[in-house]
Amino acid sequence: MSEQELTYVTDEMRAAQGVWSEARTAPPITETDIRRWAMATHYPETPPRIYWDAEYAASTRWGGIVAPPDFNPFAWPVERPKGGSPGLAGARPDGKPLTGMNGGQTDTYGVPMRPGDVISARTRLVDWNEREGRLGHTLYVRNEIEWRNQDGELVKTRMSIGIRY
Amino acid sequence: MTVSFEDIQIGDKLPAWSRKTSFAEWNRYAAVNEEFVPFHMDDEAGRRAGNEAGAFGMGNLRYAYIVNALREWIGDDAVVREVGCQYRAINQKDDVLTVTGEVTAKKAEDGENRVYLDINVVTQTGAPTCPGHAVVAL
Repeated sequence: MSEQELTYVTDEMRAAQGVWSEARTAPPITETDIRRWAMATHYPETPPRIYWDAEYAASTRWGGIVAPPDFNPFAWPVERPKGGSPGLAGARPDGKPLTGMNGGQTDTYGVPMRPGDVISARTRLVDWNEREGRLGHTLYVRNEIEWRNQDGELVKTRMSIGIRY
Repeated sequence: MTVSFEDIQIGDKLPAWSRKTSFAEWNRYAAVNEEFVPFHMDDEAGRRAGNEAGAFGMGNLRYAYIVNALREWIGDDAVVREVGCQYRAINQKDDVLTVTGEVTAKKAEDGENRVYLDINVVTQTGAPTCPGHAVVAL
């Protein structure tokens, strides 16, 4: 039996490299979405007023409530996007399915998100590398994500590292 | 408390921002981010994913804590321009996580007064979990 070099890179990943996905669009952001996000990420303390107190927020340079920069308007889609990240379907040498984990990210922020905003996102697979790690053979995948609001203004670019082992 | 660009010095420390984390925090974050990943919810699934202690916390929540610490430091009128980090260690149940940071540079750039920081999230034993960087505009 010939020994093949172990790789978790799939043909689907090779085909997707560098290609921007079609944009997907989140439902309009509401004040409640922002308030709940801020409450969850500040729990058990009270979150800053800029995220929930319209009267106070109007007195800031933003003129109204803004979302925390890390707010994700794409949570809870009614129709789940098909497919997900290419390549997670593989299996390990022991036959168990691959586990995916978040390796880290760098987000650069443009204009803030506000109640009423409709955010669109597109994604592309940038590159990857594989090495032997603490969890065995491990694949690190770099993805770029770009968010824009309904006026085409840049909200965020994210470079993220996905780990598969 | 809000800082001013003029007063900030290289080497200044970010005021510590801490949270004890367990299912109460993780479940709330799962609910808003729709992040119901079994290894964040269930000890057996955590062990299957390679963490002997069981379920473990979300990297994204630590990221939120970094953003929160920056916001508290710079005030509501300033801008968090960039945050990056790598999730190098696991957030175990009942860890007390503290966001730490140190100013590495300040410069006028693209019409903004920007402050650069090295950032981390450390546990109650001081173990770093999440080295990274941040840029704020004051």
